[in-house]
Amino acid sequence: MGNILQGVGDALGLAIQLVLSGDPDLLEIVFLSLRVSLTATAFACLVGLPVGALVAIGRFRGRNGVLIVMNALMGLPPVVVGLLVYLHLSRSGPLGFLGLLYTPAAMIIAQTILIAPIVAALSRQVLEDLHMEYSEQFRSLCLTRLQTIRALLWDARYSLLTVGLAGFGRAVAEVGAVIIVGGNIDHLTRVMTTAIALETSKGDLALALALGLILLIIALGVNAAVQSVRMTAARQAYV
Amino acid sequence: MSDVGAMTIASAAGAASRPALLPLSVRDLVLRFGNTIVLDGLNLDLGATGCTMIMGFNGSGKTLFLKLLHGLMQPTAGCVSWGGLQPAEVTARQALVFQKPVLLRRSVAANLDFVLRSRGKDRARTGALLDHVGLARKADQPARLLSGGEAQRLALARALATDPEVLLLDEPTASLDPASVLAIEQIVSEARARGTRIIFVTHDMGQARRMADDIVFLHNGRVAEHSAATDFFSEPRSETARHYLNGRIVV
Ligand SMILES: Nc1ncnc2c1ncn2[C@@H]1O[C@H](COP(=O)(O)OP(=O)(O)OP(=O)(O)O)[C@@H](O)[C@H]1O
Ligand SMILES: [Mg+2]
Repeated sequence: MGNILQGVGDALGLAIQLVLSGDPDLLEIVFLSLRVSLTATAFACLVGLPVGALVAIGRFRGRNGVLIVMNALMGLPPVVVGLLVYLHLSRSGPLGFLGLLYTPAAMIIAQTILIAPIVAALSRQVLEDLHMEYSEQFRSLCLTRLQTIRALLWDARYSLLTVGLAGFGRAVAEVGAVIIVGGNIDHLTRVMTTAIALETSKGDLALALALGLILLIIALGVNAAVQSVRMTAARQAYV
Repeated sequence: MSDVGAMTIASAAGAASRPALLPLSVRDLVLRFGNTIVLDGLNLDLGATGCTMIMGFNGSGKTLFLKLLHGLMQPTAGCVSWGGLQPAEVTARQALVFQKPVLLRRSVAANLDFVLRSRGKDRARTGALLDHVGLARKADQPARLLSGGEAQRLALARALATDPEVLLLDEPTASLDPASVLAIEQIVSEARARGTRIIFVTHDMGQARRMADDIVFLHNGRVAEHSAATDFFSEPRSETARHYLNGRIVV
């Protein structure tokens, strides 16, 4: 017992040293993580925001069904997403010819699928509330559907930014999907979460802890960003 | 949706080429929510020009009547005809200033800019419009931080930005200070002088005396009285209008 605690203490010291010295291996992992998750967030917003907006202002048959599906998809287990993407991208799968399995592209695809429903469902709620407030005025002005959607997206920009950050937070912290489709290959598809999982099981606690620290800092940073966006918006009465 | 664009182009070419919106004729208009009867066979005819004031007790259906005229709601029964056209066909040729203005989460100028742009109008007018309603100094301020009176003036400027042929106003001066009331009345009078038909809901007796050509008094879901303003104030024909003017509650 004492040995383990001693080991953890040493590892923590080493971890902090790794972070502070800017260890190149560590930085490579961190940058790949950020690249994959930020790209996935961008794609998820590109798909999720228009879908959220259309459902928010739409009055169509089966809308309730769509809402239920959207909300259910928010809770997709990352390993299931990973497995599905794996089945499609594996050599024998329908998209196997692309040769994407075990590349950062595969990880981006998996994370996009994971968080696009989150962006769509959360933005739907935000935009629907705003539309409730604006719709009579907009009908009086005879705006087209496209004009309405563009105005809603712009006026909800601060809330939508926090929606995007929520998606990013989920993507950067998940391990199940990227480990299946990425494979945690050193210098190629090793991201923070997969490295933590692997290094811990291999007993290299220092690297795992260092990455854990950085992940924590990123999580805190995302939350701080959400807070400051909210406060800026509130100060200008733009929420 | 494309017909809205066509309409905007037509308005640039001149309103004369289009069928006139007036006279307005309302026949047997009924509006019901479940068991609540708001309008109960309302009939009304309005001529081509001037300023008509609509008055009536709280809850008498003035706001909903304006929304029906503007094509924002469907009546339970009866019809509204703007020179033979349905309200929903002519929404774009009218503007409604709501009792509670809804302003976009943008700057004051951006609120006007948005309307001018979406209606295909000249965006250079933003400055002149703000000047016109006395908000030039507030152009860059967030619109939702405006005071009640300033917000109403911005809502009025936004309505005028669409060059409406009919301007519908729902108590635009409630809770404003006397100077702001006169400022708004001045702006509305100028629009009227340019030929815009004004339909104005108010509880303000002085305002009705200053502005109205004729008064429509709503009660029990019908027009209890429709007469020239001078007659209405000197000698109201209906009992309820007399009570209203004397500040008595009628049940
Ligand atoms: N969706 C609704 N369902 C049921 N009743 C409604 C609904 N909307 C409005 N009403 C009722 O219709 C009546 C007329 O409302 P309206 O807002 O037109 O009154 P108003 O004459 O404008 O009153 P005020 O002078 O206070 O502005 C009210 O009694 C209101 O409660
Ligand atoms: Mg009202």
